[in-house]
Amino acid sequence: MAGEMEKKPKLEMVQADGADEGCVTFVMHDEDHTLGNSLRYMIMKNPDVEFCGYTITHPSESKINFRIQTRGGVPAVESLRKGLNDLHDVGQHVLNTFQARVGEFKQREDQPME
Amino acid sequence: MAAPRKNVEEIRNRVILEEFGLKNVHTTDFPGNYPGLDDSWDMHQFQKNFRIDIVHLDESSMEFDMVGIDASIANAFRRILLAEVPTMAVEKVFIYNNTSIVQDEVLAHRLGLIPIKADPRLFEFKNAGQESAEDDGSEIDTIQLQLKIKCSRNPNASKESSDPRELYRNHMVYSRDLKWIPLGNQADVFADFSIRPVHDDILIAQLRPGQELDIVMHCVKGIGRDHAKFSPVATASYRLLPEITLLEVVEGEKAELLKHCFSRGVIDLEDVRGKKSGQSGEQSTRYMQPRSSPTCGSKEFGEAGKGSRSFHIHCGIYWYPASRCAGYRGHPGSHVQMSNVSQ
Repeated sequence: MAGEMEKKPKLEMVQADGADEGCVTFVMHDEDHTLGNSLRYMIMKNPDVEFCGYTITHPSESKINFRIQTRGGVPAVESLRKGLNDLHDVGQHVLNTFQARVGEFKQREDQPME
Repeated sequence: MAAPRKNVEEIRNRVILEEFGLKNVHTTDFPGNYPGLDDSWDMHQFQKNFRIDIVHLDESSMEFDMVGIDASIANAFRRILLAEVPTMAVEKVFIYNNTSIVQDEVLAHRLGLIPIKADPRLFEFKNAGQESAEDDGSEIDTIQLQLKIKCSRNPNASKESSDPRELYRNHMVYSRDLKWIPLGNQADVFADFSIRPVHDDILIAQLRPGQELDIVMHCVKGIGRDHAKFSPVATASYRLLPEITLLEVVEGEKAELLKHCFSRGVIDLEDVRGKKSGQSGEQSTRYMQPRSSPTCGSKEFGEAGKGSRSFHIHCGIYWYPASRCAGYRGHPGSHVQMSNVSQ
């Protein structure tokens, strides 16, 4: 899961126990509470996840350590992927709702003027 | 040791403001925390419960309620508005002549903070690579502005006047004096609307006769995380929707007093035993809608609805209407206020 060529990798995996795929620490570069907290919430909502948390190791460095521990043999990578997709869908839904409501609001504003 | 049913409802849905602290601040509805309740993420449930109500929307500010979303996601939106939405701002300032009393670097700093009315979606980010001195600035990533102004004495002024407005010409340099110099095909692309600062009346510097400014500026696209001048919002904040429950009946004069403690519209009085007693009917209060924010932290115990958050976005619109947040930075740095409970 390491990143490419010359650029610094965005996401790295640090696995403490050799065999257990369910307990993984991810290191995400150039991220902060914006992604960390919201992603943590989405992953915690997953019933397969036993533990999920993130830390900002030092405030001067913009990187977070994101730890996931799953139960039932589910690989941690899968729950990370699901969490990211769910978060993306939430954002999309909020955007659609917001645009629809603003459109309605503006139309309602124009109508009394006609 | 499961909590009793009524308490569970309160723990999950309300943040409570007590006299000396807060209760139930953290989100606890994760799967497995409450036996018998399935809290796993359900997109359909979320879509069913989620709604947005717009309270106020105009050119420079917006307030809306989001109901059914968690604090962590609402906070992520707030952080993104402040730090990751791009705008155009002055980055390079070429000072050919500055004989004013304002130092070069102070002047350059002030110019950087002036909001520019240009849609950043029509521009690209500048490549981080080249750092060449004057040449950079293609039409797709740079806007060029010029400020050329000279202060002179007004020959028509009367002998005794001491009013600078009468004595001098061009002694106050405002943002309306910034002129746009189109690069390349920008004159055609931006034919219908010229690029200029959002506000005309931002005072940049003051001059006296003989002093002049001759400056060329390059504006680029950037994000708030890099420098606060790129932040599109003056501030974006959110708070939980407050809900006030009066624990005991308040009557008569005390009711009036209570009503005046809060902002208008928070507490409403109703007649309970109208004409029974002489002149003034006794009145008891009942609690009103949670819309207006109570500003008195008195002895009432208030509760705030966890499931709904009220989002305030104040920004100066320009190119984007308020709903899409482009901004006015009236002062350097963004000040952020965020409170978890009713204030």
